[in-house]
Amino acid sequence: MTLYRIAPYLQAAPLTLILAAFLVLPIATIVMVSFWDYDSIQIFPDFVFTNYEETITSPVTWRTYLNTLKYTVIVWAVTLLVGFWVAYYLAFHIRSATMQMVLFLVCTIPFLTSNIIRMISWIPFLGRNGLLNQSLMTMGLIDQPLEFLLFSDFAVVLAMVHLYTLFMVTPIFNTLMRIDRALIEAARDAGANAFQILTNVILPLAKPGIAIGSIFVVTLVMGDFITVRFMSGGQSASVGLMMANQIALLQYPAAAANAVILLVLVLLLVAAILRIVNIRKEL
Amino acid sequence: MNSDKRGPGFYVLTAFFILFVLFLYGPLSTIFILSFQGPNGGLTFPMNGVSLRWFENLLFEQQAVGDFGGAFSRSLLLGLMTMLTTVVVSLLAGLAFRRRFFGSGPLFYLTIASLIVPSILISLGIGLAFNVFGLEPAWYSSGFGAHLTWTLPFGLLIMFAVFNRFNPAYEEAARDLGASPWQTFAHVVLPIILPSLIGVGLFGFTLSYDEFARTLMTSGSFNTLPLEIYGMTTNVTTPVLYALGTVTTLFSMAVILIALATIAVLRKRRARRLAG
Repeated sequence: MTLYRIAPYLQAAPLTLILAAFLVLPIATIVMVSFWDYDSIQIFPDFVFTNYEETITSPVTWRTYLNTLKYTVIVWAVTLLVGFWVAYYLAFHIRSATMQMVLFLVCTIPFLTSNIIRMISWIPFLGRNGLLNQSLMTMGLIDQPLEFLLFSDFAVVLAMVHLYTLFMVTPIFNTLMRIDRALIEAARDAGANAFQILTNVILPLAKPGIAIGSIFVVTLVMGDFITVRFMSGGQSASVGLMMANQIALLQYPAAAANAVILLVLVLLLVAAILRIVNIRKEL
Repeated sequence: MNSDKRGPGFYVLTAFFILFVLFLYGPLSTIFILSFQGPNGGLTFPMNGVSLRWFENLLFEQQAVGDFGGAFSRSLLLGLMTMLTTVVVSLLAGLAFRRRFFGSGPLFYLTIASLIVPSILISLGIGLAFNVFGLEPAWYSSGFGAHLTWTLPFGLLIMFAVFNRFNPAYEEAARDLGASPWQTFAHVVLPIILPSLIGVGLFGFTLSYDEFARTLMTSGSFNTLPLEIYGMTTNVTTPVLYALGTVTTLFSMAVILIALATIAVLRKRRARRLAG
């Protein structure tokens, strides 16, 4: 009977060990190194607050954080809008379970392919001589190519929406599928119109899914650097990109201080979402 | 909604859904088409003839920069390692979480934290930790660990979904018939959850195979495929980049379809066995 009692501990041990070694320990190292000092060639153990001071007092940092928050809010709003209606369509308008599965997989498959390639694939479409500019010019809608399409904030947001919408669709679809159809039937019998059913029955019940999707999208956008670097052509900044640049310059303590601030900010955002919506029932 | 007549909402949303699918697949199809660009064609439309020139260039010729073959085999091996570890570790942890145990709450939150912590932090943290402990980072050690912090939470969440729907009556029946715990697991539990385990494996493989940010500081001196592709974007100005994109995307799609087909076959076989 002792084996029965210790079994869960043995079963949970590999997960615990991996997370301890590759999540807890690295974050502890980041916190430690954020107090270290560095010069142009090396970093050395110390206990100084200069990294935080320099990060917090620099106007560049503030602009970068604000820019990152701007991306986060826009991408969150767009993915929520698109994700909700895609999930709603799949859950309520597609009647056969097989068709639902097939269409859901159609949405899922691109998300299991390379992010980098999905970003590259926008270039021949949005570029100066890209497909979109050429078609618009052929149609006579514009005289010269639109420059803002690629390597701009627009391109960054578009690519992020392209990359991250599924993280919104899946949890919302999941909660919508669990809504008891009798509730909707009852609302209709009680005289509710389609809009009232949406706002009074479906949306409140979809909140946990919306919260989980929001947590995914917010954390992905807050930590993103590759999309910003690639799609803005180096013209915009994000916190992740700032860290990546500091890493490239071997300013590890500065990057670490930035990382700690970013982590605190992300955790605060997640906590705020969890305060608004209780997702525990979903887990 | 569930009435027989389709309202106007249905048509509006159908149009919206079709646009969404076009949005998802449209850009991918442009690089697919452009990878067949003629020998003198450039990175954008129009097509300057049609050829397999860039696939030949990719597969059989020495590239000026990068090592496509080596990067591909490293990514493949790393993906397989991550897949196997994710399946085994998530299954074990999933089984553990079926019962209450001391520390189950913190372990659960730690797993969720692993999902929420931005990738670049994991990358930086593991890179620094290896540095501090004087270890040499490599794709099969630090890179492997970094990928697991991304795949394991997905694996565990899928296992939660599986075991929440799992009917314990099957296990009780097996036990009543005198099966040992191991026999119950191997002959009853495992066959029922096998399709979901393949799903976990698919996630483990594809997430690792495509991972960029977590590999950036943890791959050591040899690149994985996404790092190699990223490097190519700054150096390569011919459609060979698109040929590489097409080849790796087709490879990913093949992996996904094989996994989905296996899941479908297993489900069907089980349904037939239950019926017959």
